[in-house]
Amino acid sequence: MSRINAWITYLQVAPLALVFLLFLVVPIATIIVVSFFDYNTTQIIPAFILQNYDELLTSPVTWRTYLQTIEFAAITWVLTLVIGFAVAYFMAFHVRSPTVQTVLFLICTIPFWTSNVIRMISWIPFLGRNGLANTTLLNLGLIREPLEFLLFSDFAVVLAYVHLYTLFMVVPIFNSMMRIDRALLEAARDAGASGWQTLWNVVVPLCKPGIAIGSIFVVTIVMGDFVTVRLMSGGQSASVGLMMMNAMSLLQYPAAAANAVILLLLVLFTVAAMMRMVDIRKEL
Amino acid sequence: MHGKRGPAFWFLAAFFGLFVLFLYGPTLTILVLSFQGPSGGLTFPMNGVSVHWFKNLFETQMVGDFAGSFQRSMVLGAAVMVVTVLASFSAGLAFRTRFRGSGVVFYLAIASLIVPSILISLGIGLLFRVLGWDSAWYSSAFGAHLTWTLPFGLLIMFAVFNRFDRRYEEAARDLGATSWQTIRHVVIPILLPSLIGVGLFGFTLSYDEFARSLYTSGTFNTLPLEIYGMTTNVTTPVLYALGTVTTGVSFAVIAIALVSVTWLRRRRARHGSDAGKAA
Repeated sequence: MSRINAWITYLQVAPLALVFLLFLVVPIATIIVVSFFDYNTTQIIPAFILQNYDELLTSPVTWRTYLQTIEFAAITWVLTLVIGFAVAYFMAFHVRSPTVQTVLFLICTIPFWTSNVIRMISWIPFLGRNGLANTTLLNLGLIREPLEFLLFSDFAVVLAYVHLYTLFMVVPIFNSMMRIDRALLEAARDAGASGWQTLWNVVVPLCKPGIAIGSIFVVTIVMGDFVTVRLMSGGQSASVGLMMMNAMSLLQYPAAAANAVILLLLVLFTVAAMMRMVDIRKEL
Repeated sequence: MHGKRGPAFWFLAAFFGLFVLFLYGPTLTILVLSFQGPSGGLTFPMNGVSVHWFKNLFETQMVGDFAGSFQRSMVLGAAVMVVTVLASFSAGLAFRTRFRGSGVVFYLAIASLIVPSILISLGIGLLFRVLGWDSAWYSSAFGAHLTWTLPFGLLIMFAVFNRFDRRYEEAARDLGATSWQTIRHVVIPILLPSLIGVGLFGFTLSYDEFARSLYTSGTFNTLPLEIYGMTTNVTTPVLYALGTVTTGVSFAVIAIALVSVTWLRRRRARHGSDAGKAA
């Protein structure tokens, strides 16, 4: 009987496991293998060479691009964390009715289920040379000429990141906050803690798992991004993802693959560091 | 906590309001601008009000293959939704017992979430190229989308089963139900709202997926790829019309899911429990 049950369990998990095997494990293995291949202008040639890595790691462009990507990730991380924490805190501790809480939570999450590309495009009427921001500032007399840095700049890229990904912070942090026993807050106040002290010494430590999960999402997404950088910077900024895309469009697949391996290592390293803070499986 | 609202409340409430404005403002703007008159541009002011750009959208020669890509994305989204619900639910059942390799599968799911989308796209694209297969939206892109939707589905099922009272199942078994009957008549009806939620994730994430489709969809574009292509060579409000239509589809799907979940909950509240009513 238990033998049959074991088989049933494996059958139940098989479809999921198979998808991950075929479309995650094998493709990543392919990338690793191809990163050692040779190539010329028309085809890739099976081989074992380190040239792809060598060319990549000795190029200053690579280092600059990685630095820029890390910079984007760091800035976005700080901004989404602060904004996400404040938003989650308001919903969890200041809204008293569970119904209102649910509605506000839904309002924050609905954009997650709509198109990112469209949401980026929708900044054009705001940030463009003749956009709402410039028109308003001109009319108010605050500026004399339209600000050029609003659209197609690093500013626009970070703005779009914050716009798109803050909800990845809001949801897990809110989830952590809702599990905090309210008696703890009262105890802190009774013991004489000020509002800030309670926040910093009670709420923040108990939100660590949520903060870690949100951070992992935001940082990994930004590190692998190329669409946002491409659309919002108008081709003026670089990212590792874009670098790979360029190599792909030049049919330099092994070069793109080597870059992919390095990016993967960087991402895994970052995540491993963050995972030390939290056991995700306990948090569900 | 209780009693009068302090200044902290009003400050955070204002902050929250601004955040919501920030989230929805741009989308609302392009909604308005998509009704731009025929001579209007990408920014304000509005030069009249018309549905010119929506008509323009359906004239295929103007903007590429909108109808075709839309159709493909809908079919793909529906297929991903069905597989996501079935595979996540079934895996959720399996994960209730410890089995050998459960850790591996779990970490694969987490890896699938954190490995950047472009790497999955690139990997699957390369794999198909190396094998000499043609990538297509219904094969390679389908698999690529599942690597994004299944982890969400699985994590939701974990959360759901953690809160699921197994005594319902035991009761069913004691009354003589087979395992299949227990699942069909007890577990699925109780979990139906969550399964709808998983379906919502499956459809919308696939319908809007860009990065994982990039190197996997082959000759025929899915809708997000088509939109991306348009951003580089279309400079008329037809872009906004497209944005309005696709966002409308997403909202319709979200609304259907939310309404059915609410309806199920209400019905359950009315008919749910007969505790204490026995003679």
